[in-house]
Amino acid sequence: MPESSSNSTSVLTALKQAWPAVLVLILLALVPTISQVIDNPFIIRLFTRVVIFAIVAVALNFVLGFGALVSMMHAGLFGIGAYVVAIFAFHEYDSSPLWLIPGTANLAVTIPLAIIVTAFAAALTGAVSLRTSGAYFIMITLAFNQMLYYFFVALQKYGGDDGLQILASLEFAGVNISRRVTFYYIALCVLAVTLVLFSRLINSRFGVILQATAQNERRVIALGISPLRYKLAAFVISGAVTGLAGALWATGQQFVSPSDLSWIRSADFVVMAVLGGMARVWGPVLGAVVIVLLEALLPNYTQFWQLPFGVIVILIVVYLQGGLADLFGRARQPGGGGH
Amino acid sequence: MGAPLLEVKTLQKRFAGIVATNDLSLDVKAGETHALIGPNGAGKTTLIAQLQGELTPDGGTILFNGRDITREPAHRRAHLGIARSFQITSVFPQFTVLANVALAVQAQQGHGFRFFRAACDDPSLTRPAREAIDQIGLSDRAHVYAEDLSHGERRQLELAMALAMKPALLLLDEPMAGMGRQDGQRMTRILEGLKKNYAILLVEHDMDAVFALADRLTVLVAGRAIATGLPDAIRSDPAVKAAYLGHGS
Amino acid sequence: MSVSLFIEQLLNGVQFGVMLFLISAGLTLVFGIMNLINLAHGSLYMMGAFLAAAFVKITGNYLAALALALALTALIGYVMEKLVLQRFYHRSHLDQVLVTFGLILVFNDIVRLIWGVVPVQFRLPEPFSGSVQLIADVQYPTFRLVILAVGLLVALGLYVIVVHTRIGMWIRAGASNRPMASALGVDVGLVFSAVFAAGSALAGLAGLMAGSISSVQVGMGEPVLILALVVTVIGGIGSIRGAFIAALLIGVVDTFGRVLLPPALGSMVIFMLMAIILAWRPKGLFPVNA
Repeated sequence: MPESSSNSTSVLTALKQAWPAVLVLILLALVPTISQVIDNPFIIRLFTRVVIFAIVAVALNFVLGFGALVSMMHAGLFGIGAYVVAIFAFHEYDSSPLWLIPGTANLAVTIPLAIIVTAFAAALTGAVSLRTSGAYFIMITLAFNQMLYYFFVALQKYGGDDGLQILASLEFAGVNISRRVTFYYIALCVLAVTLVLFSRLINSRFGVILQATAQNERRVIALGISPLRYKLAAFVISGAVTGLAGALWATGQQFVSPSDLSWIRSADFVVMAVLGGMARVWGPVLGAVVIVLLEALLPNYTQFWQLPFGVIVILIVVYLQGGLADLFGRARQPGGGGH
Repeated sequence: MGAPLLEVKTLQKRFAGIVATNDLSLDVKAGETHALIGPNGAGKTTLIAQLQGELTPDGGTILFNGRDITREPAHRRAHLGIARSFQITSVFPQFTVLANVALAVQAQQGHGFRFFRAACDDPSLTRPAREAIDQIGLSDRAHVYAEDLSHGERRQLELAMALAMKPALLLLDEPMAGMGRQDGQRMTRILEGLKKNYAILLVEHDMDAVFALADRLTVLVAGRAIATGLPDAIRSDPAVKAAYLGHGS
Repeated sequence: MSVSLFIEQLLNGVQFGVMLFLISAGLTLVFGIMNLINLAHGSLYMMGAFLAAAFVKITGNYLAALALALALTALIGYVMEKLVLQRFYHRSHLDQVLVTFGLILVFNDIVRLIWGVVPVQFRLPEPFSGSVQLIADVQYPTFRLVILAVGLLVALGLYVIVVHTRIGMWIRAGASNRPMASALGVDVGLVFSAVFAAGSALAGLAGLMAGSISSVQVGMGEPVLILALVVTVIGGIGSIRGAFIAALLIGVVDTFGRVLLPPALGSMVIFMLMAIILAWRPKGLFPVNA
């Protein structure tokens, strides 16, 4: 490969490598049409869930697959983003201020706010958990996830255990985006942008350091790089995008509850990334499609669907090392495989 | 050879009662190749790790260019110009040779927070990386993944990464470890080339290489420097003979 | 806060802490020796509670039921280790987390299949159902006192075994340096199977104790598992002494946090404590491999 290729050829090579991602995005774009043709509006709801969870799985995989950081708190971060939108909408409907800030149902305000708040939470928790490594990091992020869960359970004002219905009508700077199809396409665009963003990130100087740290942290230090700040920055970026997905989730569901932050959900996100394939930015999208569909379809066959689901998870770990993305050709695992 | 580039004074390090570095003093002058020899377990790698900053000494001082770096973290010492090659090969297995060295260049330049431009076709990284790779004789392997290299080639890559950091001082921890005779001789030739441009602290068991390369030698036994001097003097030093050269190699 | 309330909460806190220690002991030793993260440890806690409730119903004899439940929980743990977990000692922590996550889902549905989704009641027998006058105006339920006493005894017994006996020495040797322990002639595989089974029984014991205080239900092991992870991390992975101290600390702080602080803060206080301790000592209070 030439080292300084012109822009058009690098776009071409990028397309060549990412064609499965493009294919999946195209297929996802056809979902509303299919839903219309077979007259089944449930499908579009289901795939809205697929797309939003895919955004989280891709964001998670940035730290998991490329940074070897097994975060078990992404559901918690997701929930923060969701609750920011829901709580501001609650205060708008209630016409009571949140301390001194007035509530609002304008997503042009609350989505950026959700991103900022989640990024801040990721920075705080990351600053503690990233000082440790390996197993400690997993356990601590799991603990932080539980902390966030209990926090929202304890917020009686916002429904506590029962969750919070969004009664105000959400709009984006005056534009109504609550139509199912419109909202689906918005979410899909966010997913596409997320994929482009992380593809650029992993190949940048920053991304190279992140991947190198995952492979051999000791060597990175010896080269003169202090890895902590890069890991923290990666965690914050991943968290910010996850918060954005959470905000979309609240918008799409018109409802949030602590169960959105359950640690099981965090583990689900990790399963999506692993199943889809951690070595590629777009791998987790495949994982999200499969897992969300499984979770939706299995209960149709048995009340005890978690049993086969658990067995599937175990089989994935035992037999499917490279993930589904490997069906499109093998990629080198940048980091996540190590101890 | 002017003032010392590196000055180690009365360094101390112990691990759970075992003295790894015992009241050790030595120096490396600018442009000098100073070899550190001694039996296994003498504390050579421990000393290298303290100089590089991976381990913090319990006592004593380390001066680099006259500046006290005893408590400086490893990454900052790297920026001051101390580069270490590891005894057990330590590279990035899932990067290509070029990417490994380009990362070292990038570390030296210090601009890690650049988020969008692809690092792999940034000539400000790849050009110096290419130079280091050429210098070490790995040019035709630049696009091979490090995990697919032979042992000898990985040792060379290790060295190329150290060079790409544009160091003032190279800490080479057994660069010939595990190499066959041929690879070893090739490495000696590479080091002979580097010797002209860098100050080197060389830990090595291969005595032919040591006596071919070193301007001065220090003999380390049980964490203590028992002798320092010119190669000929060391070769004939009775204490050294008794403690080290007599048995073993 | 009145003195009587203080004493009552202190007892509750210590009792909770002792229970946490029983769960954490197995978790921290398994991690220390085999470098295995076992999220399914909480499932053994749940199994202990369900089995005890079931055996009480079948046999009508409490002591027999408890013994049977603990033995069976140990057996389940042993089989789980031999069948599944053994293959994952040399895999990444990520794989271990996923596999044991899968096991949790499987255990939960097996319990649902056998016992249904409605919580099961499990109470200690009549003589323990009253309350005891501790001092002047402090009444404390007898069964909680019994649990506290049993938990404390088992915890201390375990502590003595691990810290002061030859078996304990093997376990600690295995935890701090596995190759060295093998070289010294310790059959690490056997020691580990024993530790795993014993750890399972302890988790089961904690489960049936907790079940007798509140109720026995599907998923009861998961929040407790996460608290046990917090205990393990604070204490230092692999350290039985660290786990003991951290468990009491968490038990007492959590109990008082919930009484004294507003709910949103009270439920978070132990996690904040964890964050503060780890910011100060990233390897926990008593790191095993310093």
